[in-house]
Amino acid sequence: MSFLDTVRIALRALVKNKMRAVLTIIGVVIGIAAVTTIVSIGQGASQLVSGEFEALGTNVVLVFPGQTRRGGARQSGAPTLTAADAEAIGTDCPAVLAASPIVGTAGQIIFGNENWNPKQMQGVGEDYLTVRNWELEAGGFFSTNDVDASAKVCVIGQSLIPELFRTVNPLDEMIRINDVPFRVIGILAKKGANMVGDDQDDIVLMPHTTVRKRINGSPLDNVSMIMVSARGTEQMGKAAKQIETLMYERHEIGPSEEPDFSVQDTTEIAATLGVITGTLTLMLSAIAGISLLVGGVGIMNIMLVSVTERTREIGIRMAMGARGRDILRQFLIESVVLSCIGGAIGLLLGTGASMAANLLINAYKPGTDWPMIVSIPAAFVAMGFAAAVGVFFGYYPARRASKLDPIDALRYE
Amino acid sequence: MALIELNDVRRVYDLGEVKVHALRTVTRNVDLGEYIALIGASGSGKSTLMNTLGCLDRPTHGSYLLDGEEVVTMSRDQRARIRNKQLGFVFQNFNLLNRTSALENVELPLMYGPKIHARERRDRAMEMLEKVGLADRFHHHPSQLSGGQQQRVAIARALVNRPSILMGDEPTGNLDSKTSREVIDLFRELNDEQKITVILVTHDQNVARNARRTIVLRDGEVVEDTPDFMVAKAALEYDPLVAG
Repeated sequence: MSFLDTVRIALRALVKNKMRAVLTIIGVVIGIAAVTTIVSIGQGASQLVSGEFEALGTNVVLVFPGQTRRGGARQSGAPTLTAADAEAIGTDCPAVLAASPIVGTAGQIIFGNENWNPKQMQGVGEDYLTVRNWELEAGGFFSTNDVDASAKVCVIGQSLIPELFRTVNPLDEMIRINDVPFRVIGILAKKGANMVGDDQDDIVLMPHTTVRKRINGSPLDNVSMIMVSARGTEQMGKAAKQIETLMYERHEIGPSEEPDFSVQDTTEIAATLGVITGTLTLMLSAIAGISLLVGGVGIMNIMLVSVTERTREIGIRMAMGARGRDILRQFLIESVVLSCIGGAIGLLLGTGASMAANLLINAYKPGTDWPMIVSIPAAFVAMGFAAAVGVFFGYYPARRASKLDPIDALRYE
Repeated sequence: MALIELNDVRRVYDLGEVKVHALRTVTRNVDLGEYIALIGASGSGKSTLMNTLGCLDRPTHGSYLLDGEEVVTMSRDQRARIRNKQLGFVFQNFNLLNRTSALENVELPLMYGPKIHARERRDRAMEMLEKVGLADRFHHHPSQLSGGQQQRVAIARALVNRPSILMGDEPTGNLDSKTSREVIDLFRELNDEQKITVILVTHDQNVARNARRTIVLRDGEVVEDTPDFMVAKAALEYDPLVAG
C-alpha cells in the first residue's frame, strides 16, 4: 500500500471519530503550545538582555573604586579614583576608545512652577556620549572647556520634558538643580527602559567638575566610577588588562598588594545573565515537555482502544492480504498524523500566546520593546517532537494490531 | 498436478488441559475449476478446513500444496501474499468495511498487492462492480445497501485480484431465499464461464446442491466425497450412533 493511501486511510479513520480525535490531541496541543511560547519568550528575553548591553554603550568596561587600607581598616568604595585616572585611561590605553568619569548625585530640579527628582543625576566627562554610544536629539554636549570651567550647563533626558517643560522647548532654558541655576544645552535621544525596567531617559548630565564643586561641595578630586568603552567587543579583554596595568602604575601598587580599584567587564555580566535566562527557558521547557509526555500517553491510550474496536477491520484487511507491516504502518501513521495535527495546532496557539505575552509585556512596561521571536527552526523542532511522540506512543498499539491472528480478528464481535 | 493437494492434514487446538482434534486427518485433491461444497454438522471441522485452505490458519501436521507450493512452512507474510494473489473470500456477514464506499471496499485487495496506479486500481474495481451489477451504487456505503447487494460487493472484492480460488464461508447464511438464489447463480456463472475454483462451506442445501462435488465432514474426517448431492445428503444425515 502506498504511503499516500495509508495517510488517506488514517485521516478518514480520524474523521470518523472527530470528537475523540480532538480530545486525544489536546494533550499534544497544550504541550507544543507551551514549549513554543516558552522558547519564544525565553529567546525574546535573552535578545533583550544582549540588546541592553549594546544599549548600555557598546563594549563598556567599568572601573570602580576599590578597597583601601587606612590604619589596617579596609574600606570598600573608598574615594580612590580621580578624573585624572579617567583621562589617563582615555589617552594611554590603545584598546580604549573613550573614558568618562562619573560622579553620582541626587536632588531636585525646578523649572518654573514644576519640580522633578530624576532617577539619575550624573556628573560626566565630555566623552560620555561616545562611551555610552548615545546620540543627542537636539542641542549640543558640554566641551572640555565647560568641564574645566565647571560650567553650569546640563543635558537632559527625554523623560524630563513632559515632567518639567510640557510644551516649552527646553533648549537654552534655565533650570535650578539643588538651587543652582543651570542652562539646558542639549537633549538626549530616547533610549528606553533598561533590562530591569528602569527608565534610562530620566536623567540629567552635567560636567563632573560642576557636580563635585557646586552640587556635592566635595573638596576631594574623586569620582564614583569610570566608564570606559573598548574599541570593539574583541578588544574588551585587552582594554581591561591595559587599564589594570595603567592603574597599578598610577596608584603605585606593588605586585603583592591588593589594588584599590576593580575593573568590571560587562561581557561577564551579559554572559551570566544569558546563562540565567537560558537555564530558565530550559527548565520551563522541561515542564512543558511533561505535558507533551502526558499527551503522548493519551494518544497511546486512544490508539489501544482504536485497535480493539477495529479488530474486525484488521481481520478483514489481513484476509485481503495485508501483511503485519501494512497494519503496523497504518496504525503508526494514524497516531503520527494525530500528533502532527496536534503539533500544528499547538504551534499556532503557541505563536498566538507569545504574541499576546509580547503585547502584554510591552503594554505593562512601556518602552521595554520586548522582541517577538518565533523562530522557524524552533517550529520545525516542535513539529519533529510532535511526530516523535506519535511514533513513540503509537508503536505499541500498532504492533499489537499487526500481531493479531486473522481468524480471531475476523471472529471478533 | 492438482491445484490443491492436502496430505494427512491435521489440526489440533491445544487448550492446555485438553487437546481438541478439529481435523483428524484429511487427504484430498482439488483441481482447477472445481465447484465444491463442504458440509457437515457444527463441530465437524469444516470451518477449520476452510481456514486452512484459505491460508488463514496453519495445520499442525501434514502437507498442503497450493499450486505446487508448500503452505504449511510459509511465514505469515508469505501466506498474506498468497491470500492476496490466489484467494478471494466471501463471508456470511459480508465483512465489508463500514463507512467506506462500495468502490473502495472492492479496491482493498489491490491496495495490498503489487503497486499499481490509483487510476488503474479504480478502473479495475469499477469493472468488477459492473460485473456484479452494482456499478451505479459504487459510492454507496455498506449500510446503504441491501444484504444481497452487500454480498455482491464482497464477491466483487474477492474477485478483483483475479484469484484462482473463491472461498465462501456460509455466503448465503444472512440472505433471504431470493437473494440467496442470485448469489448462488453468480457463483455458478463464475465457475462456468471463468473457470474459477469455488469452495463453499454451507448449511444451505440449495447451495450444496448447486455444487459439482460435495465433501461431507464428521468429527474432523471426510466421510463422503461425491458429485451426487443425494449421496452426500444421506451421508450427512447418517447417524453412526443410531446405525451402530
